[in-house]
Amino acid sequence: MNPRRKKRLTIVASILIGLGVVSGLVLYALSQNIDLFYKPSEIYNGKEGSGIKAINGQRLRIGGLVVPGSVKRDENSLKIAFKLADMKMPITFDENEPMVTVKYDGILPDLFREGQGIVANGVLNTDSYVIEATEVLAKHDENYMPKELEADSTKPHTESKGY
Amino acid sequence: MWKWLHPYANPETTYHLTGRLIPWFSYLTIALLTIGLIWALLFSPADYQQGDSFRIFYIHVPTATLSMGIYVGMAIAALCSIVWQLKLADASAAALAPIGAVFTFVSLVTGAAWGKPMWGTWWIWDARLTSQLILLFLFLGVIALHNAFEDKGLAGKAAGILTLVGVINIPIIKYSVEWWNTLHQGATVSKMGKPSMTIDMLWPFIFCYMGFIFLIVVITCIRFRSEILSRNSMRPWVKELVLAEGGK
Repeated sequence: MNPRRKKRLTIVASILIGLGVVSGLVLYALSQNIDLFYKPSEIYNGKEGSGIKAINGQRLRIGGLVVPGSVKRDENSLKIAFKLADMKMPITFDENEPMVTVKYDGILPDLFREGQGIVANGVLNTDSYVIEATEVLAKHDENYMPKELEADSTKPHTESKGY
Repeated sequence: MWKWLHPYANPETTYHLTGRLIPWFSYLTIALLTIGLIWALLFSPADYQQGDSFRIFYIHVPTATLSMGIYVGMAIAALCSIVWQLKLADASAAALAPIGAVFTFVSLVTGAAWGKPMWGTWWIWDARLTSQLILLFLFLGVIALHNAFEDKGLAGKAAGILTLVGVINIPIIKYSVEWWNTLHQGATVSKMGKPSMTIDMLWPFIFCYMGFIFLIVVITCIRFRSEILSRNSMRPWVKELVLAEGGK
């Protein structure tokens, strides 16, 4: 390679490596702000890595799986309360794992059901681990399959009954 | 080592080569997209949770991943243009930028249309959606720079530098769903090991994906040819070409 091209290539490569390192460090420093939500266990123990805990009355997003059997509906209104546990694969639930209760008054997304990933936005009460949500979004996983196959599969999601 | 490539650095040779290739690539594109889209939208099974809304996957995923692919292609062209000062590399980068912008835009719009019924929101500022929006702005910036200067060489250099700086965004888009927790789901098809789809959903996807790839190739060839013509309009071979075409 002739010297001029070599020089240009070196300049371009070093600028790119420099920028890569800089943006890597910036993103690392900002990672807790880029994270969209807290996991239920992070509400109890603080953010993974930094250990920063959410304070009482903080507005935050919580992301987790709807614990089967925890969904309670008010018969006369849209009010609903349910518990969220950490998302994990394969999906399992344990009574003793950290759970956060979400209270919400509004229309739920179509995908809402027991065992479904949910991201809720609301105000945290650290005494009772309850979040008064103003918005509930469904988080879809990356698995797609036809209806017929779902019956045969190992049932990753609990069937929803009537709600 | 690269000797076989040298003839194609000549605009005239490349112009005629792409002209011969376009019909073949066009037939391939039409065939693949017709089969792929009809199969995907009418005959492939509906998803067990999302029903028919899932079918937007067949357009959303190809446009989103290929928008990143187009950006990488544009970055390689920018590198060739800056280091080896190939004029044709500039022309190809200028040809690619608007196609990339359209693909990025389509991926954002189809994603929003799917997000409303499934997630419950059109838009959320999570890492994947935000970095994809930045990709759209990068494409728009590159297009603007290509058109901002009278001197095409200078324009190519400015756009090339922006393209190379913006390449940092590509791994961020790709790994955003793994590095941070996001509302957007992880990769379905491109992840290591088995794709998280059944085979009767995967095949129409492969047809659509290949169709979109060749659609990019065809549009790029057409735009590349017109870029070559406009950048070489003072050359004798272009004048001869225009005279010959005009005589028909």
